[in-house]
Amino acid sequence: MITKVRPHLSQNEALLFERSSPGKKAYQLPDLDVPPLDPAETLGAENVRAEIPGFPEVSEVEAIRHFTRLSTWNYAIDYGMYPLGSCTMKYNPRINELVARIEGLAWAHPYQPEALAQGSMEVMARLEAALAEITGMDAVTLQPAAGAHGELTGILLIRALLEKRGNPRKKILIPDSAHGTNPATAAIAGYAVENIASSATGVLDVGALAQLVDRDVAALMVTNPNTLGVFEENIMQAAEILHAKGAMLYMDGANMNALVGIARPGDFGVDVLHLNLHKTFSTPHGGGGPGAGPVAVKKVFEPFLPVPRLKRSGKKWAYDYRRKHSIGRVRAFYGNFGVLVRALAYILAHGGPGLRNATVDAVLNAVYVRKKLEPYFDLPYTSPNMHEVVFSDERQAKAGVRTGDLAKRLIDYGFHPYTVSFPLIVRGALMIEPTETEGKIELDQFIEAMISIAKEVETDPQLVKNAPYGTRTSRVDEVTAARKPVLRWKPA
Amino acid sequence: MRYLPKSDSERRQMLEACSVASAEELFSHLPEAVRLKRPLDLAAGISEYEIVDYFSRRAAENANGYASFLGAGVYHHFRPVLVDTVVSRGEFLTSYTPYQAEISQGTLTAIFEFQSMICQLTGMDVANASMYDGSTAVPEAAMMAVRSTGKGRVLIARSVHPEYREVLRTYALHQGMPVEEFGYLPEAGTIDLEDLDRKMDDLTAAVVVQSPNFFGIVDKLKAAAEIAHRRGALLIVVFTEAVSLGLLEPPADADIVAGELQSFAISPSYGGPYAGIIATRERFVRQMPGRLVGQTTDSRGNRAFCLTLSTREQHIRREKATSNICTNQALIALMATVFMTVYGKQGLRELAEQNLAKAHYLAGRVKPRFSGKFFNEFVAQANKPDEINKALLKKKIIGGLPLGRFYPELADSMLLCATEMSRRADMDVVAGALA
Repeated sequence: MITKVRPHLSQNEALLFERSSPGKKAYQLPDLDVPPLDPAETLGAENVRAEIPGFPEVSEVEAIRHFTRLSTWNYAIDYGMYPLGSCTMKYNPRINELVARIEGLAWAHPYQPEALAQGSMEVMARLEAALAEITGMDAVTLQPAAGAHGELTGILLIRALLEKRGNPRKKILIPDSAHGTNPATAAIAGYAVENIASSATGVLDVGALAQLVDRDVAALMVTNPNTLGVFEENIMQAAEILHAKGAMLYMDGANMNALVGIARPGDFGVDVLHLNLHKTFSTPHGGGGPGAGPVAVKKVFEPFLPVPRLKRSGKKWAYDYRRKHSIGRVRAFYGNFGVLVRALAYILAHGGPGLRNATVDAVLNAVYVRKKLEPYFDLPYTSPNMHEVVFSDERQAKAGVRTGDLAKRLIDYGFHPYTVSFPLIVRGALMIEPTETEGKIELDQFIEAMISIAKEVETDPQLVKNAPYGTRTSRVDEVTAARKPVLRWKPA
Repeated sequence: MRYLPKSDSERRQMLEACSVASAEELFSHLPEAVRLKRPLDLAAGISEYEIVDYFSRRAAENANGYASFLGAGVYHHFRPVLVDTVVSRGEFLTSYTPYQAEISQGTLTAIFEFQSMICQLTGMDVANASMYDGSTAVPEAAMMAVRSTGKGRVLIARSVHPEYREVLRTYALHQGMPVEEFGYLPEAGTIDLEDLDRKMDDLTAAVVVQSPNFFGIVDKLKAAAEIAHRRGALLIVVFTEAVSLGLLEPPADADIVAGELQSFAISPSYGGPYAGIIATRERFVRQMPGRLVGQTTDSRGNRAFCLTLSTREQHIRREKATSNICTNQALIALMATVFMTVYGKQGLRELAEQNLAKAHYLAGRVKPRFSGKFFNEFVAQANKPDEINKALLKKKIIGGLPLGRFYPELADSMLLCATEMSRRADMDVVAGALA
């Protein structure tokens, strides 16, 4: 029985363009305090456009109703549990939004004089130091804009060091459980990708690794805990195997939420890693971004970090642009500063002990979900899990119900689905990451919902296959969308 | 801690249900050698009040109450109130990438509108759901041109934002994508077409030109397109000042447009987060990086939207993807969408006209370095730009960007920008200092 949701009323909403009518306004500009100009005369008639065809014209009231109505068609963390495995959908503290909008920070221009940007520089320096302590690494760059961008930066750093040592090498090794960004990144950095099959217990197969690592291997990219939520117990051994052959250990820090305050990558042999501030450090996902993907490195990589670097010059912060070994810039300016402010606010709010407590709660929640759901769903890998747990749809598939169907049915119970069909090494994966944000009441409701769905599969599989029913949009035809792409509005 | 919702007794109940004696036992499977044996060396947590106080102090150490004439890729435009009202809604702020279309129609619809408006502005057929920023959109566009043409070389104008060029070089280094630059005319400040023509060859995949260029000048896109197309290369047009599109002819001669939307109600925020875009012709859509939203129907036949053509992307295609991008700038793109909605067809033009008038008022009182037609920023001759700026700071004005750092030949000039937010009185002070 579904107890958590009740229907909710809001208007259907047309597209902006369909509400548009000439002369409607949602703006007023101040009067010009300088003489107006004729654009055609100033810019040349050939450079001035007649109009922006199709561009909307709506009133202020229509504008706010439009976006407010659209917003109610979204699910959000603020509505409830959002157990997307590997995405770490935790609470986004509102204080972070407030401090990022303080005028002196929000209106700081990246080219304003360093003497008038000391506050921004101090924020970045403090965040760099905090992230270095949390990861056990020696230096941090905040320039990358997101996780995948951090990966690229990290692999370019490895390439630069190896090149300086005489041979950039040819291959990057990547476990079959990795995120798709890892192989895509390696390719952009000019490396061939070689996949490593996981062991029967779902972890890195160090035997296989030892055989694969040779003088052509630049690095192993590993996520730890891996995408099954399992800690790579042989990580130190893997690091030794790599280092013995002059190769590097790159860690994808997407799952750092399981480790903060418990274990530090720098202490278990990692050479380079990226963090996702929009995962572990609570900055909002915003429907797909922005994020930030700082990269933390061991000392030997420091000369290669992107320019500019913060440096202390007397009592002031300054930028160092003259770094001859740097890989160059990966982005204009200094990074997604507004996201960095939010992440630092989160670290300050928790403090050292608090960050560790958050990790403990995140792991406890995932272990609890596993314990409660194990009788109802197939658990292909039984090693102890950390912050997330991955089931498979094997039992439900016998009744013709797949993980995607179970996920859609979960929506009817008032929850966002878990991550569907990932990692690829699990057939029909249900990847569940509750994060520390969920209390016992919400978790118990989620567990109840999952158990109820498992029972529905036994009694009425078709009910689950046609879900969701409670949403204002029923199952969306993604196949037609791809076959006949309509990617923009056009007048009828 | 206020972000952790469980009481101690709930924690105990949960540990018990898991047959675990203590929270520490949850980590007992970790090898001893990897465990951190001490607390993190970070101060204890602080209250909301103390957090606000900390960041207010940092903000006070930055510039406060200054009029600014900096542009150079980041512009001071007024941010309509509706923008933060909309993006502060939890439904937009705290949702994930809209993979589950049935409960993400809000984000998906807004992105579809965003893509549509970017197409209308740029004159292109398709636009993606955003890139990290303008600077990273440039190498992504270049790689797209390489895939589309099967050639490898990229020619980029020196009048493209210097930091964008640096980013392109970083990306290009290991892709077998040689990057070469061509010059600008010392009198006009527009691209040197002869230099471009000379450096063009049949191995060139793309010619990259910015307009308005780094000097604020409306550049010669048609002529660049002719030269590029004659040798089978694509023309990539870059823009950093999106407000200019309210007035200027769209870059219809481009094959790919790579731009930065910071001007559309995105705070300068000391360099980010911003939102980049890539827009292109329909025939190149399969080579495009980044997410795309498409229109379709739901099972009841109602209009609906979903992410589409994802076989281009890393989560499906892995090492064969068109890009490694995953997280983009969705919320920032939403800011731009609200901005475009608020100003609309008339407003964006009026806003652009105000920018034009302000910048030309200022330019009329100083000595512009170039003769080319410009939008809202321009290079002014300034004998000792650093000293002029120092004097202006005393009057609470941040002057223009001294160009010597990026263009040694322009060490005696600064890049000045005026927007609708520039006051005439401040412009008169700047003009006086430059006289």
